[in-house]
Amino acid sequence: MKITRFLKTILMVDFVTGLLIALREMFKPKKTINYPFEKGKISPRFRGEHALRRYPNGEERCIACKLCEAVCPAQAITIESAERSDGSRKTTRYDIDMMKCIYCGLCEESCPVDAIVQGPNFEFSTETREELYYTKEKLLDNGDRWENILAANIKSDNPYR
Amino acid sequence: MEYINLVFEEVYKILFLLVPVLVSVAMIVWLDRRVWAFVQKRQGPNVVGPFGLLQSLADALKYIFKEIIIPASSNKIIFILAPIITMTLALIAWAVIPFGEDQVLANINVGILYIFAVSSLGVYGIIMGGWASNSKYPFLGSIRSAAQMVSYEVSIGIIIINVLLCVGSLNLSDIVLAQQNIWFIIPLFPMFVIFFISALAETNRPPFDLPEAEAELVAGYQTEYSGMMYAMFWLGEYANILLMCALGSILFLGGWLSPIDLYPFNLIPGAIWLILKILLLFILFALVKAVVPRYRYDQLMRLGWKIFLPFSLTYVVLTASYLFYFNLLPSL
Repeated sequence: MKITRFLKTILMVDFVTGLLIALREMFKPKKTINYPFEKGKISPRFRGEHALRRYPNGEERCIACKLCEAVCPAQAITIESAERSDGSRKTTRYDIDMMKCIYCGLCEESCPVDAIVQGPNFEFSTETREELYYTKEKLLDNGDRWENILAANIKSDNPYR
Repeated sequence: MEYINLVFEEVYKILFLLVPVLVSVAMIVWLDRRVWAFVQKRQGPNVVGPFGLLQSLADALKYIFKEIIIPASSNKIIFILAPIITMTLALIAWAVIPFGEDQVLANINVGILYIFAVSSLGVYGIIMGGWASNSKYPFLGSIRSAAQMVSYEVSIGIIIINVLLCVGSLNLSDIVLAQQNIWFIIPLFPMFVIFFISALAETNRPPFDLPEAEAELVAGYQTEYSGMMYAMFWLGEYANILLMCALGSILFLGGWLSPIDLYPFNLIPGAIWLILKILLLFILFALVKAVVPRYRYDQLMRLGWKIFLPFSLTYVVLTASYLFYFNLLPSL
């Protein structure tokens, strides 16, 4: 027993085996992806950047019920509302402080009309803090940009809700 | 006028050596990271340039534009001098490395002693950096490094004696030419293995990267360094690694000689063979980094003094008596 162990140490058997394993692993396919060029799959429930959606006729979905503002645990949402000329209640201000936001998804959950949603986009870092105070225009703009994916995600997740 | 011409000629020669060495150091950093990544099934740096080849240049640019912070309580002159010394010493040793029959900057007859002396001085850069930082971790790191490099230099010295016994000359070109019949890696294989491991320890590579063991010492002697000074430490370190690979291929792998002295092989210029051998050794360096966990300090010292030193000493005796008995000792 002792002699085999001594021989193993002298001949560096373990080390050579390790090297051979390393050499073999080198040529196996990579487990990581080429991030900025390739992206991993994202679940339809993914809670990324916020967006305010519209109805297909262009009308804003948001009815200014302020449920999201109430439920937001980080109090990141600020809403001010007013009656519009046609008698409907609409927001005049819908701000989300993205630095306060904890991306819990409760705003999306509480929304009765699927207006505020969290989309699949997670690459919205900015160079200044000011850019992260999202206003209504920015959120609606996001909604327009991501509408296809957002609608598909909500539809595919619907049976489980 | 003649004198100035002579100076310029020398400067050109030096530039002709140093620029390729520095470029290859940059490439070797990329290769190191890439091999390491491949063993771990990662992509490694692959964005800057083709296959990420220009990654090191991007890094160098970043380092140049970074602010150099000199700690208030440091010894400023020595603090600035340390990385300069490390890099200079790593580069001047290249003067005696022969890339071909006559392709050597300084064909001095004690080339191997010169390399040995210069690489021993390399400890000073590290110990000066650690001491001048006036901070705990760099100091501990530099003490470790000094002890480590001194211990492994001893065994490298004795390994070199083995080779010198077979050659009978301290000139590196003579050492290569003595391997025309058989490369020294075959008769002196155990010595090659020990040389390789000692070279790892000598250049502070994993598994012997105790001076900069992140888990214990933050970054060792480099902790207080930033910007270009940090980059110079790195350049020096990788130039040293490359030098050790070159030394290994000259001492054991027949330097610029082609593996088989046959028609298609001996057409390829010797410098290319040497570069290939250096690359092979360096890939081994990089693989070892990916495979082996870091040694504990007492294990490192035990390996150096209680295993390598007696083993290589015994081998010197064996080689000497073998050569003496069969009357193979080279005539001096």
